[in-house]
Amino acid sequence: MTAIMVASELNNNLLVVVAASAIYYGTPLFFAGLGEVLTERSGVLNLGVEGMMLLGAVAASVTSARAPGPAWLVLILALLAAMFAAACGAAVHAFAVITLRVNQTVSGLALTILAGGAGLSSYLANLWELRDPVPHQFTKLDVFGLADLPVLGPVLFNQTLLTYLSWVLVVASSWYLFRTRAGLHLRAVGESPQTADAVGINVVRTRYVHTLAGGSLAGVGGACFSLSIVPTWQDGMTAGRGWIAIALVIFGFWRPDLTLVGAYLFGAFSSLSLTLQARKVEISPSILESMPYVVTILVLVVVSGGWAKRRLGAPAALGLPYEREDR
Amino acid sequence: MKRSAFVSSLLAGALLLSACGKSESGSSSSGESDAKSDGGAVKAAWIYVGPTNDGGWTTAHDNGRKAVEKALGDKVETTFKENVPEGPEVAQVIEDLVKDGNKIIFATSFGFGDAMMAAAKKYPDVKFEHATGIPNDIENFSTYFGAGEQSLYLSGMAAGAETKKGVIGFVAPFPIPEVVRHINAYALGVQSVNPSAVVRVVWINNWFDPPKERQAAESLVAGGADVIASGGDSPAPGEAAKTLGVGWTGYDSDQSTNFPDVWLTAAVYDWGPYYTEHVQSVIDGDWKKQDYYGSIADGFTDIAPFGTRVTDDTKAKIEAKKDEIKSGDFDIFAGPIVDQAGAEKVAAGASLPFGDQMSIDWFVKGVEGDIPKS
Repeated sequence: MTAIMVASELNNNLLVVVAASAIYYGTPLFFAGLGEVLTERSGVLNLGVEGMMLLGAVAASVTSARAPGPAWLVLILALLAAMFAAACGAAVHAFAVITLRVNQTVSGLALTILAGGAGLSSYLANLWELRDPVPHQFTKLDVFGLADLPVLGPVLFNQTLLTYLSWVLVVASSWYLFRTRAGLHLRAVGESPQTADAVGINVVRTRYVHTLAGGSLAGVGGACFSLSIVPTWQDGMTAGRGWIAIALVIFGFWRPDLTLVGAYLFGAFSSLSLTLQARKVEISPSILESMPYVVTILVLVVVSGGWAKRRLGAPAALGLPYEREDR
Repeated sequence: MKRSAFVSSLLAGALLLSACGKSESGSSSSGESDAKSDGGAVKAAWIYVGPTNDGGWTTAHDNGRKAVEKALGDKVETTFKENVPEGPEVAQVIEDLVKDGNKIIFATSFGFGDAMMAAAKKYPDVKFEHATGIPNDIENFSTYFGAGEQSLYLSGMAAGAETKKGVIGFVAPFPIPEVVRHINAYALGVQSVNPSAVVRVVWINNWFDPPKERQAAESLVAGGADVIASGGDSPAPGEAAKTLGVGWTGYDSDQSTNFPDVWLTAAVYDWGPYYTEHVQSVIDGDWKKQDYYGSIADGFTDIAPFGTRVTDDTKAKIEAKKDEIKSGDFDIFAGPIVDQAGAEKVAAGASLPFGDQMSIDWFVKGVEGDIPKS
């Protein structure tokens, strides 16, 4: 009896609450951020993350609401639908910037506006009459029955399947980027497409594949909102998280593991500002919530310096269209 | 390089077009206007800041518009423009609506005020009505809003009866008089049935951020609250309440069917009767300028149906209080009222003047939290 009380007391501790919350709310940021890492590693900047997340969210929402079958199957279908819908958005961007060599900033912004809160995603939601909570959701699990374990329980063993999936992805994508031939090719294309092309790497294909993959992951990020956090469709429900994901990429030095850390840090500061208010601690919430952005700016300053730029910086060809005849 | 510059300017053009085209797209699905003048139907138009499916503010207004269509049938022809930004675009939207022959135009967001006033001066034959607007002396311009605080008092009663720990968490949007007034009314309602209970406020500094609204609700419960109150109309705090098994009072939309286990009630507005009356007065030619502040007595504001958690005893208490408010026997801001520091703000026997209610910047005793000064 007392042991249980001690455990619940511990698990209500400020740090435990903030850590558990940071992971839950950081998960969609990580998915979208990892997607942007892959895209930017190929030299393509995609500012359409917010729009792609909303496309993913609306596709996941309608699938959960309409698809027949057992819950696990519907949820898999919903994730696939989210990936597909967001990848379609990414395909428009890829065609514009890779094939037509349009300004990447303009195309990405256009994608966010076209697909975003008052655009295509809201039109589709209206068409499909999405307004009630979706029937199939990713709820928090009690893994191995350890959810009530002191401290570690709420943080590690009481998350949704999406979070556990993200942990697998952070390992898999790090391995892919830094330990495989394809990952090496990807980084080469982002650093110097001319050189990559000269050694026979297909620059256009590499960029297309990773822009689409990045889009799919943004879609999963959107699905985290419509299937778990806010499982009722609302126009513009991601409320700017796509922009945070883009900041995360810089924050994480274009690395999956640091992107995960950054995502949890954003989640933690957001939670901290609310949790402290809820516990009557008076620290300006605005200061706490601006902290991750301050760190992002500091990182930008650092990566623009000489050594760091060589070791950690942005892909050298980021944002530049590649044309063979320019060689 | 030339080609890429050309294509990007094309894209930029498409982007601009899409931004401008948004307000137009809404009207395509508007009222089934088959003919322009079948026996002199009066044209009435609505301008919305959000989409009609937002499940809250704009949906409520659009339901009001539909109520007008239903009540007045072929005597009226309605149009709406949704997703209209609070910027220079609205002036153009109003111009179009006037040119299209609309005789009365309702704009339902505060930020439409300047353009509405300018248009009212330009077109004296058209009636302009501005929800949540600031009263002024333009002859063909009215403002209208409702006393949500009465309904919040009543939903506060439901929360006060529900709480066991005596702590209710309020997810609050912005520290402005409207929200402060609502929180105070809510806290007074809570205390009327549970004198020692407190209302703890967390500001999310946003009108609309569903993930953050839910995160705030969870923080409040972790911090000791066992009832959640929404200050915005996203159902996200309801999801937190459902997961954590605590009661929830919403705002501005009835979610009783979606959250049957945690739902208590919510303050709601019914714009239909007001719209119907005012369109009717344009038809009859006796429209009058006024600054309307609707109440429970007018049927303008109300509370949503109760959830299963609310006991019969509490329901009866709330209904009785509602009748007292209706008949004018009870004023929710009647003294004595003291602020957080214990200083008397309203003396016994007095009442908080309407002007003070509209500019209120202090919390009543029993509210925990600061009002950040900007």
